[in-house]
Amino acid sequence: MYDSTLNEPLLSPAEHAAPKWRPVTDESPLTKLVLIAIALGGLAVLVLAPLAVVFAEALAKGAAAAVTSLTKPEAWSAIKLTLIVAAVSVPVNAVFGIAAAWTITKFDFRGKAFLITLIDLPFSVSPVVAGLALVLLFGANSVLGGWLVASGFPIVFALPGIVLASVFVTFPFVARELIPVMIEQGRTEEEAALTLGASGWRVFLTVTLPNIKWALLYGVLLCNARAMGEFGAVAVVSGKIRGQTATMPITIEMLYNEYLSVAAFSLAALLAALALLTLALKTMLEWRHADQLAATRRH
Amino acid sequence: MALAMFRAQKSPMPGFGLGMGITLTMLSLIVILPVGALLAQGASYGPAGVWSTVNTPRVWAALYLSFRLAFIAAVFNLIFGTLLAWVLARYEFPGRRMVDAVVDLPFALPTAVAGIALTALYAPNGVFGGLAKSMGQKIAYTEWGILIALIFVGLPFVTRTVQPVIAEIEKEVEEASATLGAGRYYTLRRVILPMLLPAALTGFALSLARAVGEYGSVIFIAGNLPMKTEIAPLLIVIKLEEFDYDGAAAIGIAMLLISFTMLLVINLIQIWSRRRIGHV
Repeated sequence: MYDSTLNEPLLSPAEHAAPKWRPVTDESPLTKLVLIAIALGGLAVLVLAPLAVVFAEALAKGAAAAVTSLTKPEAWSAIKLTLIVAAVSVPVNAVFGIAAAWTITKFDFRGKAFLITLIDLPFSVSPVVAGLALVLLFGANSVLGGWLVASGFPIVFALPGIVLASVFVTFPFVARELIPVMIEQGRTEEEAALTLGASGWRVFLTVTLPNIKWALLYGVLLCNARAMGEFGAVAVVSGKIRGQTATMPITIEMLYNEYLSVAAFSLAALLAALALLTLALKTMLEWRHADQLAATRRH
Repeated sequence: MALAMFRAQKSPMPGFGLGMGITLTMLSLIVILPVGALLAQGASYGPAGVWSTVNTPRVWAALYLSFRLAFIAAVFNLIFGTLLAWVLARYEFPGRRMVDAVVDLPFALPTAVAGIALTALYAPNGVFGGLAKSMGQKIAYTEWGILIALIFVGLPFVTRTVQPVIAEIEKEVEEASATLGAGRYYTLRRVILPMLLPAALTGFALSLARAVGEYGSVIFIAGNLPMKTEIAPLLIVIKLEEFDYDGAAAIGIAMLLISFTMLLVINLIQIWSRRRIGHV
C-alpha cells in the first residue's frame, strides 16, 4: 500500500534514520507539503502583502518625507488625541473587566448567562451602529444630549463621545480573557485567605491579582490595540473635526482622501508598527505564561 | 433594583455589590442605554416608517451586498481557517511559531490601515491590481475588493477557535479509526472534521458578524457606488450626514435584526451538531 520510495526526496536525513513507515495519524509528506504551502501562501498574500505595502508606501518618497509628514500639526494632534483616548478607555475597560469577571466567577446568581450575553453584545454590533446608538442617545437633538450641550458638556463630536465609542467596541475584551482563567482557578485560594482573616481587598490584591495578571495584561493589550485603531464607531461620533476630534485612523482617512499618500501611509505605518509591537508582546506572553493563558484559548 | 434581579446565593466571598454595581453601571451606560436609544428611535419612527426606509431599492441592494459578501467571506475563512489551524497545530516546519503570531495580525491592525493598504495593493496601479489589469480584470472598486477586505478582517476567527480543539484531540481516536480499516482521508472526514465542527461554526459566526458590520477596511476599496458597491454601514453614515436620524436608525435596526437571526440559526446548527457527536 504505502510506497516509501515515492516520498524519498521529501524526507530529511534525520527522518531517514527513522523507520520507513509513518504513523497512521499522519498525512503523507506530499499532502503535508501541499497544505503547508497553501497555508503560508494564503497568509503571505492575504496578510503580509498589505502590511508590507503600508511601509513601502510610507517610504515611497524617502524616510525624510515620511518623518516630516508625522511632525505636521495635524498628524501630531491626531497622535496626541489617540493616546489620550487609549489612556482613558483602556483603564476604564480594565476596571470593568475585573469587576465583571469577579462578579461572574466568584458568585452564583440567576441570569448569569444573560449577563455574559449582554457583555458580549458589542462584538456582534457593527461599529457604525454603535456610533449611531451613541449619537441617538447623546446627540444634540436628543433630550439628554440637548441638556448636556446646554450645560456645556457636549459628548458627541467631542472627546467623551470618542472615549465612549472606543469603550463600546472594546467592551468585552478584558472580561473575556479573565473569565475563563478565573473559572479554571476556582475560589478555593480566595476562600482560604478569607478564613485566615484577610480583608476583601487584600484577598483581591494578594491572591487573585497575581493569579490573573498575565491574562489581564493580555486583555489590556488587545483592548489597547483596538481602542487606538477604532475607525467606524469613532468616525460616526467624532464629527471628524480637524485638529480637535480627528484620531489617527480618522486623520489617515482625511489625508488619503486628499491624495496625500505619503502622509496617510506614514501615519498608517505608525499604527502598523504599534500592531506589530502588540503582536510581539502578545506572542511573548503566550510563550512565557502559556499555563495561565491556556484557559483563555480553551473556551 | 437591578441588583435584586441578579441576587447572589449566600457566599462568603466579598465584593458582590461592588463588582455587580460597576458591571451594571458600565453595561447600562455603554451598551444598554445607547442600544435602547436606537430601538426607541425606531419605535417612535414606527414599524411602517422603518419599513418604508428599508424597503427602497438602494437599501435592499446595500443589505443584500453586505450580507451576501459577508457570508462568502465567512465561508472562505471557515475553510482556509480550518486548514490553517490544522497546519499550525499538527505540522512542524521552520518558522511555525512566527506564522502562528502572524495569523492575529488582522485583529491588531487598525481597519483604516488595512483599508488603505488593501486599496493600494489591489487598485489598478497596485501590485496585485496591476496583475489583474493585465488580465483584463478589476479588483478594487468592485465586489471582489470588498470581499478581500472582509476576508482579511475575519481571517483569524476560525483558526483561533479550531486550533485549541485540534490540539486536544487524542491520537488514539485516529488510531482506532485506522485499525478499523479507515484510510487517512476517511478518518479526517468522518472522525476529525465532525469533532472540529462546533468550534469551526463558532469561528464562522464571529467572522460573519464581524464582516457584516465592517466599515473601516471596506469603504476605501469599495468604490461606494450606490446600488453596486455600497455596503449597509455606509448607508447609515450617509443618512447621519444628512441628519436623517430616523432613516439611520431604521437601517441600523434592520442590520441588527438580520445579524441576530443569522447568529441564532448558527447557534441552532451548533447545538444540533454538538448533540449529534456528543460534547467535545
